[in-house]
Amino acid sequence: MNRRENLKLLFTGALASGFLLTNCSPEEKQLTYSPQISGGTKGGRTEEEKIIDQKLLSETFLTEEEKKKLEVLVDIIIPADEESPAATEVGVVDFIEFMMKDYPGYQTPMRGGLMWLDHYGEDHFGKVFLELDDSQKLEIIEAIAWPDKASTENEGGVKFFNMLRNLTATGYFTTEPGFKYLGYVGNTPNVWNGVPDHIMKAHGFELPEVYKDVYLKPEERGELAQWDDEGNIIRKG
Amino acid sequence: MSFEIKSTAESYDVIIVGSGAGGGMASKVLSEAGLSVAVIEAGGDFDPAKDEDRTQMRFPWESPRRGSGTRIRPFGDFDAAIGGWDIEGEPYTRARGTSFDWFRSRMVGGRTNHWGRISLRFGPDDFKRASIDGLGHDWPIGYDELKPYYDKVDKLIGVFGSKEGWHNEPDGFFLPPPKPRLHELYMMKGAKKVNIPVIPSRLSVLTKPINNDRGVCFFCAQCNRACQAYADFSSGTCLLHPAMKKGKVDLFTNSMVRKVTTDDSGKATGVSFISKVDMKEYKLRSRVVVLGASACESARIMLNSKSKSHPDGIGNSSGMVGRYLHDSTGADRMGILPELMERERYNEDGVGGMHVYTPWWLDNKKLDFARGYHIEYWGGMGMPSYGVGFSMDTMRKYLKDEFGNPSPNGGYGEGLKKDIRRIQGSTLGMSGRGESIPQYSNYCEIDPNVVDKYGIPVLRFHYQWTEHEIKQAKHMHDTFEEILTNAGAILLGNKPGPESKYGLATPGRIIHEVGTTRMGNDPATSVLNSNCQAHDCDNLFVVDAGPFVSQADKNPTWTILALSWRTSDYIVSELKKKNI
Repeated sequence: MNRRENLKLLFTGALASGFLLTNCSPEEKQLTYSPQISGGTKGGRTEEEKIIDQKLLSETFLTEEEKKKLEVLVDIIIPADEESPAATEVGVVDFIEFMMKDYPGYQTPMRGGLMWLDHYGEDHFGKVFLELDDSQKLEIIEAIAWPDKASTENEGGVKFFNMLRNLTATGYFTTEPGFKYLGYVGNTPNVWNGVPDHIMKAHGFELPEVYKDVYLKPEERGELAQWDDEGNIIRKG
Repeated sequence: MSFEIKSTAESYDVIIVGSGAGGGMASKVLSEAGLSVAVIEAGGDFDPAKDEDRTQMRFPWESPRRGSGTRIRPFGDFDAAIGGWDIEGEPYTRARGTSFDWFRSRMVGGRTNHWGRISLRFGPDDFKRASIDGLGHDWPIGYDELKPYYDKVDKLIGVFGSKEGWHNEPDGFFLPPPKPRLHELYMMKGAKKVNIPVIPSRLSVLTKPINNDRGVCFFCAQCNRACQAYADFSSGTCLLHPAMKKGKVDLFTNSMVRKVTTDDSGKATGVSFISKVDMKEYKLRSRVVVLGASACESARIMLNSKSKSHPDGIGNSSGMVGRYLHDSTGADRMGILPELMERERYNEDGVGGMHVYTPWWLDNKKLDFARGYHIEYWGGMGMPSYGVGFSMDTMRKYLKDEFGNPSPNGGYGEGLKKDIRRIQGSTLGMSGRGESIPQYSNYCEIDPNVVDKYGIPVLRFHYQWTEHEIKQAKHMHDTFEEILTNAGAILLGNKPGPESKYGLATPGRIIHEVGTTRMGNDPATSVLNSNCQAHDCDNLFVVDAGPFVSQADKNPTWTILALSWRTSDYIVSELKKKNI
């Protein structure tokens, strides 16, 4: 599609189908269910960026055992429910692996925090974290998951779990199932015509009288702008 | 036409260094006047309509880091601007005890690929601040000289807004502004209670078409990712590329200008640049040299252009090149609004930025600091990206549990998952952007000890805020708290105190740095005359924000565009008269 045709479509309001605006075919627009980690970021990458992404993707930070621990932990933080899958099902551990390398500042707190779980397990149950039964694992999580209630001796564990909660939540809610769960409906061509009426009413708002005739009207989006000498835009009707 | 590198036999009427707002405008006006133009750009070519360059409309899962910032794109993995605060092989230094951060974009269009599209005219007072408060200096020109150019820029490029009739916030030729979002209505409500005006914002985003070459906004809120429909302004899409299509403009990409070359009489003869492709130096000749490399980069080129006739750098007999460097002030505050929790979902993306803002509304005569600030508002149900779901260890308490009690911070499991959904879209905040007082003692100079990877000496910055800026930041925070609490929001974080200069942003961070090659009538105290022509070199001009005598509280781009157009008209007329 050439630019002119593209613009014509915009003007005639053929906004419903997103691919018209993105210069790509509907097949390309198909999104995979799980996020794709391989291949690096899409769109407009410099050679330098491609090399950085490929380097990060070719390296491994987490050990197999650390990954296993994380698989348990991220699903405790974000489990499956009737509406949505669990964290492991949308690749949260792979995301964490990538972020460890992209922000190296995460590495030591993550490695140390995962070790801390083993120490706690040994001290309280005589076993490392992965060998504990589910109720023992949860007992540890309970001790570090509530920052305002946790005892000061577990502060290190609390800090680690705060970081892991952040990474798990972000890794989860930046996937397609995460978007669906949150109910985000944007990032698609549309015509903004203000807050829907019933929501305006529910919040007790009305548009300021003085601007009612100033704001953009959707139907005029196709008209070429023209002004009088005083800078007033000429509007039909 | 676009060349990676090129032999030097050919000569141009004009060489323009840089393809941002100033260079782009100059390339359009000068080429349309029939002059042959070469644009030298340190970065690569860029066209957001090409699918391979497209970051717009991408979802976070198309990035392995889910859109978080990188060294090359500190404002996010999908931000269009390539470069950042810290470019590999292109260092800069700071004098001990001072701070300055320098944001650069190495690409066609420069930083116009990044900015918030806030397009405010300077008002009559903004050119004459010294006459009003005795600080700094007046511009040698006033609003009346620039008004016709602002008008032309409005019509050529497009800006939405509302006519308000304020003396120092001049109206223009506006497109219709979009209606406010829900959190913006709350901000308007909070501000109204304390008599602070909130009006439709003024952004260079096309809500209606202005010509047949550019599309209209389809409300994806992603202007910072560059628009494939060209519905927002960037220099590449709206100025340089259209000028190239008409012929007469050659673009040299990946070309790092080292110096302006001169003849024995001190006249500029062209530029010398390093090709990033083969790391060799090339020389290009022209009748006129126009610098639009950004305030600091143009100053750097001038300071590095030393010759017998310009021993301290071209145009620098006054010693003023690099002096009076100043950035806007900045401070921010955030809150959480219970009325916005568990919101009904709808597409609230809107344009790429705020739909409402507050221009400076007070009289400094009644305040303990000089110069004002405007307020930008943010919040809403924007697209989740890296960072979504963070901070539940401190923010979950703002959600009420099923019994109406505050939820405990932190946690895990289905309850946490639900609370992240409930809190989504309930935070909001604001940023103040204000005017600082230009200081002779704030400047950039050549660091004698450091060169970049092209062998070009780099800049060393000296910058300290004064009491005026610090007190202004304090006032911003008082205002932010008033508006947020009156809007019904709970304040997040702590109000910064004197130990952190009241949260005043580090110089450079607002990316409005100007003033390094300021204009003036006296060649002893300024670099350029009122036509942005070097006092010391008739065929050298500067078209970025270097010529600004003072940076109003407004974003500089619209004034760069108007000034560059005016300067370009002057160049055409001087060439016709054979004065240069």
